[in-house]
Amino acid sequence: MINTKDSQGMLWEVFLQKKSGQPFIHAGSIHAFDKEMALQNARDTYTRRGEATVIWVVPSHTIVSSTPEDVGPFFDPANDKIYRHPTFYNIPDAIKNM
Amino acid sequence: MKTEKELEEIFEKKLANNEFIEPKDWMPEKYRRHLIRQISQHAHSEIVGMLPEGNWITRAPSLRAKLVLLAKVQDEGGHGLYLYSAAETLGISRDEMIEALHTGKAKYSSIFNYPTLTWADIGAIGWLVDGAAIMNQVMLQRTSYGPYSRAMIRICKEESFHQRQGYEIMMRLALGTPEQKQMAQDALNRWWYPTLMMFGPPDDQSPNTADAVKWRIKRETNDQLRQKFVNQTVPQAEFIGLKIPDPNLKWNEAKQGYDFTPPDWNEFWRVINGDGPCNKERLAARIKAHEEGKWVREAAAAYAQKHEEVLAS
Repeated sequence: MINTKDSQGMLWEVFLQKKSGQPFIHAGSIHAFDKEMALQNARDTYTRRGEATVIWVVPSHTIVSSTPEDVGPFFDPANDKIYRHPTFYNIPDAIKNM
Repeated sequence: MKTEKELEEIFEKKLANNEFIEPKDWMPEKYRRHLIRQISQHAHSEIVGMLPEGNWITRAPSLRAKLVLLAKVQDEGGHGLYLYSAAETLGISRDEMIEALHTGKAKYSSIFNYPTLTWADIGAIGWLVDGAAIMNQVMLQRTSYGPYSRAMIRICKEESFHQRQGYEIMMRLALGTPEQKQMAQDALNRWWYPTLMMFGPPDDQSPNTADAVKWRIKRETNDQLRQKFVNQTVPQAEFIGLKIPDPNLKWNEAKQGYDFTPPDWNEFWRVINGDGPCNKERLAARIKAHEEGKWVREAAAAYAQKHEEVLAS
């Protein structure tokens, strides 16, 4: 995602949804000059065997990412809250359906 | 801020724990350079690899064979694109990589500098060349660099048809008329040693193997993979009555593998350094395609720009 421009067109990230109801998953990236070409190139590059029913293409430079160096402090607020998990609570075995 | 030494320790620890390195992670410069070299050359091999097979698309012996070969060559193009994308995450542009290929600074697999003389060569390429590539790529699915690993997983999933279609071609010829069988044997004779060279020079002459193994970019050495390939391929040749062109080939009970004659490494270095049967032709074809596509890229860029202006106004 560093060099977004050269004579090959912009870099785009490709996300595929295999079937409706499923999440979009990152497949990889492609080069293209505009949105329409980005979709076509994504189709030709990443869906030659029925891998998708819907494709998203996103200009790589518009993606905002957290950084690996921040992994500690950034995710820290969630790490010590074990009471957010169901196993934190003791429920007698006799209780069903919970 | 962490010091370089601390960052290096984190990097080493990740490798030791079999964790993946991702594009934004700190990595030693040598690791980055090694990956750029290896992944871009892998990408170039896929793209140049389209040429020897593309040579037979118009002459495939049946419509079925033509459809299969077209699909395979298109896959190789796709695989090149996955790999270029993976290399780009390391901070090199597509243009720079193509430039390095065209000026001869970057190499590609020496195997694609051999000619495809008969239809049987298309069978031999699928069976042997793709077979060897798959062996290498299966290992690379567990490579330490995340984007490279993901590209390899995708490629391996698609590539097993390549080897099977090649073996099918060989099988049909080998079980056909005596002339057809001879054509298959001739292709095996010519492709056997170049295929063995695909795994790279022997471990003690391979300048990059030690680093690649240390950094878990590669999990097995050139010689280990070569041995595995021979063990796997000999019974496949025997099954269709073809003979591996090596008088010294012999099962070794103690090592549970075949003893075999190593390829001529002088030939390997000659071909790598530009003096193979088709080096000039392959590179000229790539450069021609790139130059002839220039007006298309320029037109597409101009169209995109104009379109944006219209939308903005």
